[in-house]
Amino acid sequence: MSEYAVRVNDVSKAFLIGLKESRKETLGAELISWFRSPVKNFNNLKRLNTFEHSEESDDFFWALRNVSFDLKHGETLGIIGDNGAGKSTLLKIISRITNPTLGYAEVFGRASSLLEVGTGFNNELTGRENVYLNGAILGMTKSEINKKFDEIVAFSGVEKFIDTQIKKYSSGMKIRLAFSVASNIETELMIIDEVLSIGDTEFRKKSLSKMIQIAKSGTAIILVSHNMLPIQSMCKNTMHLEHGRIVNYGKTNEVVSSYLGNLNKDKTSQTWTLESSPSSESIKITKAEVLPVLNVPVIRAGDPFEFRFEFYNLIENEYDINITFHLSDEYENLVFIGSTALTGKKFNVSKGYISANCRIPANLLNHGKFTISKLFVLKGFENVIYDHSDLLVFEITGDVEYSPGKSGKIDGLLKPKLEWELTAGNN
Amino acid sequence: MKDRAVQKFVIESKKGRSILNFRELFLYKDLLYFFVLRDITVLYKQTILGILWAILNPMFQMVVFSVIFGKLAAIPSDGIPYPIFTFSGILPFNYFSQSLSNASMSLVSTTGIFTKIYFPRILIPLTPILSKLADFLIAFLILIGMMFFYDIIPTVNVVFLPMLIFLMILTSMGIGMWLSSLAIQYRDVKFAIGFITSLLLYSAPVVFPASLIAEKAGYTVYLLYGLYPMAGVIEGFRASLLGRTPMPWDLILIGSISSVIIFFSGAYYFKRTERIFADVA
Repeated sequence: MSEYAVRVNDVSKAFLIGLKESRKETLGAELISWFRSPVKNFNNLKRLNTFEHSEESDDFFWALRNVSFDLKHGETLGIIGDNGAGKSTLLKIISRITNPTLGYAEVFGRASSLLEVGTGFNNELTGRENVYLNGAILGMTKSEINKKFDEIVAFSGVEKFIDTQIKKYSSGMKIRLAFSVASNIETELMIIDEVLSIGDTEFRKKSLSKMIQIAKSGTAIILVSHNMLPIQSMCKNTMHLEHGRIVNYGKTNEVVSSYLGNLNKDKTSQTWTLESSPSSESIKITKAEVLPVLNVPVIRAGDPFEFRFEFYNLIENEYDINITFHLSDEYENLVFIGSTALTGKKFNVSKGYISANCRIPANLLNHGKFTISKLFVLKGFENVIYDHSDLLVFEITGDVEYSPGKSGKIDGLLKPKLEWELTAGNN
Repeated sequence: MKDRAVQKFVIESKKGRSILNFRELFLYKDLLYFFVLRDITVLYKQTILGILWAILNPMFQMVVFSVIFGKLAAIPSDGIPYPIFTFSGILPFNYFSQSLSNASMSLVSTTGIFTKIYFPRILIPLTPILSKLADFLIAFLILIGMMFFYDIIPTVNVVFLPMLIFLMILTSMGIGMWLSSLAIQYRDVKFAIGFITSLLLYSAPVVFPASLIAEKAGYTVYLLYGLYPMAGVIEGFRASLLGRTPMPWDLILIGSISSVIIFFSGAYYFKRTERIFADVA
């Protein structure tokens, strides 16, 4: 048996994109072009076959360009990148769904691809019938499904409804059943696209740990996800694709943080004039910034810091304003919500400038990158008059010694300095 | 399972070499079984009459044809009572047209599956070709019932019936492979399939005997007519089961040749184009 599970050798894939069509000036010309269009349509449709011509052309779009990598048995590879980077195309080539325009890929052993859960599920069939059908589509034989059947049903948690037509299932039940089938295939290579981000939180956890277990059992796994969590918890190596090319390949942590680093460049201060402000009819944002309270150049864990928001309020009548923001970490987990509504106070405003300061106490957040992922301004408690996404990005760096000679990152989102009392040695 | 473990697949831009990969088909035989089973189970779900439709449909057709073509137009029927004459044509033809049109649209209607997972694409048009045999067998029971009714005993030529059925399946599959791979690239097929099937119906010897063609247009035209494989199949059904006419070996032989050509050219075209299915779907 080969030591490799997959070898991808200089693979490129072209797609044809529509070019702008020439517009006819007269009705006569338009009519003629209608009758001539079958010929043109035929040529266009024929050109969809990108294997016949490999020359460079304007209307070729290279979804993948010169991609090469190897994956050994038992290894796990994550693939990350923005939408349209070519991740799915690469998976489709390795899954044998589509062929590369240039280059080749070799797959050693049986591969199963989960580009979608529940492929081929038929609503008219019962859960049981669908397990067999879907299992067969994924490449299992009847006897293999027989052997695995009880395990599949138990994992899905739909035992009671297994002989019910799945059109009567809730969408969550369908997904759970589908994932259970998919994750019980025994193959040498598993190709997974985004399917770990399905179902409720409970099931997501369950499926992630199932995948980790599969990875440990020696199955080579290629995983594509926009969510960094499964990639970081499963994959040793990660590849970053951009515009069809590999731009970074290596240890998962390094690739992921450089990818995310490029994604959120620090943005600690933003200002707008009244004209350029991206705001609503009711209120205009003029400034947003984050800054340390103490006289230091950076925000350090252990230091207090402040958010400052400035608005110009256009509403004539007085009202109670409510300003709320979401603070997220670099993996887009919500850390906390800060809101004037949580203070129990009323903030009455009238037309004109408003300045809002929010102080984050010392010894609260851990090191890392944080984002004001959302900012809402409400009139009263329900009426959103302004919202803004990804307003500020900043990093908590530097270090304050939490014990003499000790500093640096510890696990967890927060790094609070808690009140401790210890009683000892009374007896 | 173990023998698959060492199997190596190369995914490249080259065209497939063999016309039909039987080894691979064998590996996926269970999937084919489940596909066919699905088609059969799903077909009459949520209907009141259920499987009765497989009986009612050809019965209605027989009644309509008997009234219009048998009574009103008084088309000759080789001395066979018109209802059973036309039914022995409706039986193979319905299988042919239904399996054919389902197979033709099969790729277009399953893009959600084959753009997400690999399995031999040939299974997709093959599924309706096999699943429609269920309806065929049910309708066959009516023919047997009618033979009792009309007191008709099949001839010894009935031993050739499996061969005729095979010829019928081969033809459906051949055209199905052609049209399905054309349809996924050019959706024109979707619009054309309606008149293609009615053209095939009226050119098949369903409402008239093939002998009528020999009589009106001469033997050469009759032989050319044999190029349409269903001509030999339907006349063969009649000759072997009803026994009023001799086995039309001339039609069957010509039909077999054209059927084999349709089948292998279809398989070749399908194989040649299958690597772009996922891209154009």
